[in-house]
Amino acid sequence: MTPNGVLQILAYFAIILLLTRPTGLFMAKLFDGKRTFLHPILRRVETFTYRICGVQEQVEQRWTQYTFALIAFSVASFVVIYVLQRLQGFLPLNPQGFSASNVPPDLAFNTAVSFVTNTNWQAYSGESTLSYFVQMSALTVQNFASAAVGIAAAIALVRGFSRERANTIGNFWVDLTRATIYILLPIAVIAALFFCSQGVIQNFNSYTHVKTLEGAGQVIAQGPVASQEAIKMLGTNGGGFFNANSAHPFENPSPITNFVQLILIFLIPAGLTYTFGVMIGDRRQGWAIFGACSAMFLAGAFTCYWAEQKGNPLLSRFGIEAAATPGQPGGNMEGKETRFGIAASTLFATVTTDASCGAVNSMHDSYTPLGGLVPLFNIQTGEVIFGGAGAGLYGILLYAVLAVFIAGLMVGRTPEYIGKKIEQKEVKMAMLALISTAFSILVFSAISSVIKFAPPTKDAKGQPAVHSYWNPPGAAASNVADSGAHGFSEMLYAYSSGTGNNGSAFAGITANTPWYDLTIGLAMLIGRFLFVIPLLAVSGSLVKKKRIPPSAGTLPTNGPMFVGLVVGTVILVGALTFFPALALGPIVEHFLMYQGRLFSLALFSF
Amino acid sequence: MLKHLGPAFRMTLFLTVLTGLIYPIAVTGLCQLLFHDQANGSLIANGGRVIGSALIGQNFTMPKYFHPRPSAAGIYGYDASASGGSNLGPTSRKLFDRTKAAADQFRSENPAYRGSIPADALSASGSGLDPDISVANAKAQAARVARIRKVSRDRILALVSQNTNGRGLGFLGEPAINVLKLNLALDRLYPAY
Repeated sequence: MTPNGVLQILAYFAIILLLTRPTGLFMAKLFDGKRTFLHPILRRVETFTYRICGVQEQVEQRWTQYTFALIAFSVASFVVIYVLQRLQGFLPLNPQGFSASNVPPDLAFNTAVSFVTNTNWQAYSGESTLSYFVQMSALTVQNFASAAVGIAAAIALVRGFSRERANTIGNFWVDLTRATIYILLPIAVIAALFFCSQGVIQNFNSYTHVKTLEGAGQVIAQGPVASQEAIKMLGTNGGGFFNANSAHPFENPSPITNFVQLILIFLIPAGLTYTFGVMIGDRRQGWAIFGACSAMFLAGAFTCYWAEQKGNPLLSRFGIEAAATPGQPGGNMEGKETRFGIAASTLFATVTTDASCGAVNSMHDSYTPLGGLVPLFNIQTGEVIFGGAGAGLYGILLYAVLAVFIAGLMVGRTPEYIGKKIEQKEVKMAMLALISTAFSILVFSAISSVIKFAPPTKDAKGQPAVHSYWNPPGAAASNVADSGAHGFSEMLYAYSSGTGNNGSAFAGITANTPWYDLTIGLAMLIGRFLFVIPLLAVSGSLVKKKRIPPSAGTLPTNGPMFVGLVVGTVILVGALTFFPALALGPIVEHFLMYQGRLFSLALFSF
Repeated sequence: MLKHLGPAFRMTLFLTVLTGLIYPIAVTGLCQLLFHDQANGSLIANGGRVIGSALIGQNFTMPKYFHPRPSAAGIYGYDASASGGSNLGPTSRKLFDRTKAAADQFRSENPAYRGSIPADALSASGSGLDPDISVANAKAQAARVARIRKVSRDRILALVSQNTNGRGLGFLGEPAINVLKLNLALDRLYPAY
């Protein structure tokens, strides 16, 4: 690790720390229904939205109504995206002439689910699959909407704590509208213009054909990228315009745009910890959550950086420079860009999986085993290290509920959090959320490791003739790009990423087959809705309770001891659930790598 | 549930118009107006014809040019309509073999260079379109380029350092050299026939 690399990580953290308070205050005001400095301009758009959509701003909803509205909105979004993709051949702004045959039903299903659930898992490559119109009208829209849904759900949960003896937790449509119009849109416009000034493209041109300096042909993909790039990061969506995502120079041309992209990922999630503190009337509670996230963020960032800077011992025999020198970054540069080097790449990998973003500026599949373990474990523990826009806050609050429950068990008192008694119902719901996501990750990975489909038959010329519909390559495990432990990691990462609504990948895996499209699609649905619904139920139950003032026997939840307790809960629950699977993947691969073992693909094909 | 479907579809369509059409089209208009060059891909013209983008790497194999990193984009590399990395895992034999071949090639192309090979010279980038190489990588290739262009290595090195982009704001990312721009400068100053 170089001093300069360490400086980048610390400078990034310092900026997030500085932005947390202003962002958090603004959001607290907004969701409490107070006027903000943007109201003079945007209030008219807001009321216009309510009029058009038939929303009554003053009417509040119980948790069941709030949940139904959220689900209905997700269903409507799903239908619209699915239809737009399948009809892309008949729609405008399609200079490359993509049609429905580029998006078969299973892929369209997977992509629709992926963008509605804020996952942005991409089984397709943008530049060879989707028209500009679909990228904008289906995908960019959901980058806003799915993030706004996450923020709304988080605010609804916070109201469960902040209100007492009430029945309602807000109005879903109002929260959705305010999150979109006052937070996401203004920042996205500014960020998009900044990105474009730095070289991110924004046009509707057809692909540019050039003859290179050496006289070869090159086709350069184009498109309205900057507008999608800005909201992709801000909404912690992560779905790239291009296959290479934020590694692509047209999405992320320089170290400065890279740094701004990183800031956009954590901006809302970090701010929401402060919003939480303001809304419940005890800012130190918000800072405690911020502290727990910070500790885990820094630990992950430095671990990942250290592992990648050490490089790959298998390749050192070729005289490759493993150490960082003034003229080159050293370390494991496979899948990383020169302009970012090791530090800015590993910081991005950590941040994008701390949050449920899933954008990548380097290819996680080519990370060293321990370097790749950090993003994988971040996702598996529920992306609660600041986390996704909204999703992070409600995730870490679930862990906070569990932490006070565990502490309560140890001392034999009824646990309380923010003055609310945590009882059977809250703990059951928190466990339901955690168990369903763990179930989805582990069971789908297990099934894909063993399930067999008919292997493709070959005709007389050795060309594949007949193959199974569900998975043309044959067994589900034969879709991986690497054999041995790493191949298992690719499958485990895919289902973790889907369930965690992250969207990044160990991208060597061929995930665009009906089997993977459907199972990962299901994993995304489980990870989104079996997390959000129990949590809104918790909110509905808490909102009825009165707030008890702290007494001598109350466990203080705004100090360092509680920070330690939350971190301990996250790590412990994560490790207990996933250690066996991780041992079969990255951990054993680490030891095999130092033993000098290599895997050729033949080992894994059936 | 059903009574929410009405507002749900209306809201979806409204957001589609606002964030899916108005937002990107307005941003496109502004970008085309304010940052016309960047918005269209920072294209570079040479002798009146567009030869590529300043941001997108292209392949160079002739000894008179600086060579970029290995690329996994498309079948032949540097396919700017099929971006992507190799996605090979650390224990992959394919990665091992490819690295070995790249190392052998680097040594045979640059016989004058005796040091350890810069990490970026043997690894494929994440995008497959990395426009840059590291400073050490350029320096390692300088002797070859100088010999073919019949100029001193020092003049080539001076050109390399002129074409080095420092870290962002002095500390972000890594210093990098844009291969296309460097090779264009070479052709302009020290043409090889």
